[in-house]
Amino acid sequence: MNAPAALRKISDTVWELPVSYKEGMQVPARIFATEKLIKEMDAGVFEQVSNVATLPGIQRYAYCMPDGHWGYGFPIGGVAAMDPDSGVISPGGIGFDINCGMRLVLTNLSAEEVKPRLHQLVDRLFARIPTGVGCHGFVKLNQDEFRQVAERGSRWCLKHGFASEEDLELTEEGGCFPGADASNVSAKAVERGFNQLGTLGSGNHYCEIQVAQPENIFDAERAALLGLTIPNQVVIMFHCGSRGFGHQVATDYLKLFLAVMERKYGIKIVDRELACAPFHSTEGQAYYSAMKCAVNMAFANRQVILHRIREVFSEVFGSSPDDLGLHMVYDVAHNTAKLERHKMNGSQKELLIHRKGSTRAFGPGEPGLPECYSKTGQPVIIGGSMETGSYLMSGLASGAEAFYTTAHGSGRTMSRHQAKKEFRGDKLQRDMEQRGIYVRTDSFGGLAEEAGAAYKNIDEVVEATELAGLSKRVARLIPIGNIKG
Amino acid sequence: MTFRYRGDIAHADIAFDASGQSLEELFIKAAEATQQVMVEDLTAVRPLETVEISLVQDNEEMLLFDFLNELLFLKDARRLILLPARLEIARQEGGAGYALRATLQGEEIDAARHRLNTDVKAVTMLRFSVTRAADGWRATVVLDV
Repeated sequence: MNAPAALRKISDTVWELPVSYKEGMQVPARIFATEKLIKEMDAGVFEQVSNVATLPGIQRYAYCMPDGHWGYGFPIGGVAAMDPDSGVISPGGIGFDINCGMRLVLTNLSAEEVKPRLHQLVDRLFARIPTGVGCHGFVKLNQDEFRQVAERGSRWCLKHGFASEEDLELTEEGGCFPGADASNVSAKAVERGFNQLGTLGSGNHYCEIQVAQPENIFDAERAALLGLTIPNQVVIMFHCGSRGFGHQVATDYLKLFLAVMERKYGIKIVDRELACAPFHSTEGQAYYSAMKCAVNMAFANRQVILHRIREVFSEVFGSSPDDLGLHMVYDVAHNTAKLERHKMNGSQKELLIHRKGSTRAFGPGEPGLPECYSKTGQPVIIGGSMETGSYLMSGLASGAEAFYTTAHGSGRTMSRHQAKKEFRGDKLQRDMEQRGIYVRTDSFGGLAEEAGAAYKNIDEVVEATELAGLSKRVARLIPIGNIKG
Repeated sequence: MTFRYRGDIAHADIAFDASGQSLEELFIKAAEATQQVMVEDLTAVRPLETVEISLVQDNEEMLLFDFLNELLFLKDARRLILLPARLEIARQEGGAGYALRATLQGEEIDAARHRLNTDVKAVTMLRFSVTRAADGWRATVVLDV
């Protein structure tokens, strides 16, 4: 057990570090977890979530979700709401992979229909979607065109034939954060990223073919409203972000904030990864705008990848994407900061919500949700390990407690270094195929790092979010095919 | 002097300690540690491409931060895995800060020839340090992957 003695149990799923725990805490820190998960949580979570609580302008609590683990700056699973007038914006509360996120896509095919062509499908996805270290994308752009992608996100994709109106409607914020201004992005960030539109990346990024088995449907009514209507329905889930472009934007502003934070604004922090600037400062606004460019590039990246997935399914099954029912469920961002209106002390207040390795999860009827999800709440896509499966959940009204935020995945428990010592990628690939999961990868080392045993039990994580009232289980999704960088 | 990966910091990322008898050697070892996260066998990387870089920074720490970031930039922008063939660090005139000049050599990433591992996204500031020790220089680096 790594939890400090000061940790207080508030309820079966809420744990609190009081402001007395660390000098400078403005608010208490709260962690959502079951007793089992809190006992397994690494020491870095407690250190980092209490560091977040020291940031100027933080409101209510510094939160960490049940999949929380040791990150840099914020813990992964961290959430912080800042008063935009008195508070700061921090790249360490968003992450280097800005708008790393998840997209879930339906098919009207059953597992029985897909399995005879699974190898062909996965092989072709692997050949057509660039993966791995330093990969360049299949959408060729010059740097000016790329700046338009950064400012317009999925809207650029719509204009250029990579998206439908429906795709945009089913993407968080319509696939474009307004106010993205590419003049706030360095030439280096553009040069690093303009060749990477249409790439998956590596690490925990993947594209997976999954099955919604009838016994894994937790809420049939919600499942039907989210598009899961046939037994053993096949769906496609993928996870990727803003690639080198976003990484460079974050690095550039981390350096800028370190240079001005104390000297110009008199802000002292406890960890350099929490470098920040007042939200309304010149530097804060420039970063917010540049971050939006990276957010939009990531939406566009997932959108063009979806376009390619549709092409591949069409080729393999000889039918159009519409005939194959290749419609999106939703696209959610993990690593962002965004101005949202939330209830504080009985009235609505605009807050800057940092989410790092956590997912927005609006409850039913919240403004900003597509009309088709007004009754279900926002679809939440929880990516598990490639061996153990993932979840489709939906937002709840009670999620208001955590500014409508929930978990994003299962959360690592074993270091990548240790996982590579314990598992061999080639053996893992053969074992998984015997268990009915066909995996293609550029990297056996990378595959070993992503072994299921390196992660928390996803069933326990999603159950904890449901018990805490953050999101509700709709369906568990079982992998049958996967491509990895 | 060498580098070693650590499993006890930030489980989702990759941490390493590097050391060198000189600041130059430390930077070369840190470059190797960073590139080996992405390419398992660095001896398979042939010196087919040459890139010259020059960096100026106020202190050793931010100089290493910028240097490793330059390698990541070239990995994404030009798909090059590069290692220092020559590297010099000099105090700037008046003693304010450092100037680094390096000749980097390597080749374009080739999944068929290089045993690829995991992409490095960024150099983080988590526990990032460059310190002088009795026998030379040491650094701790956590890479976001």
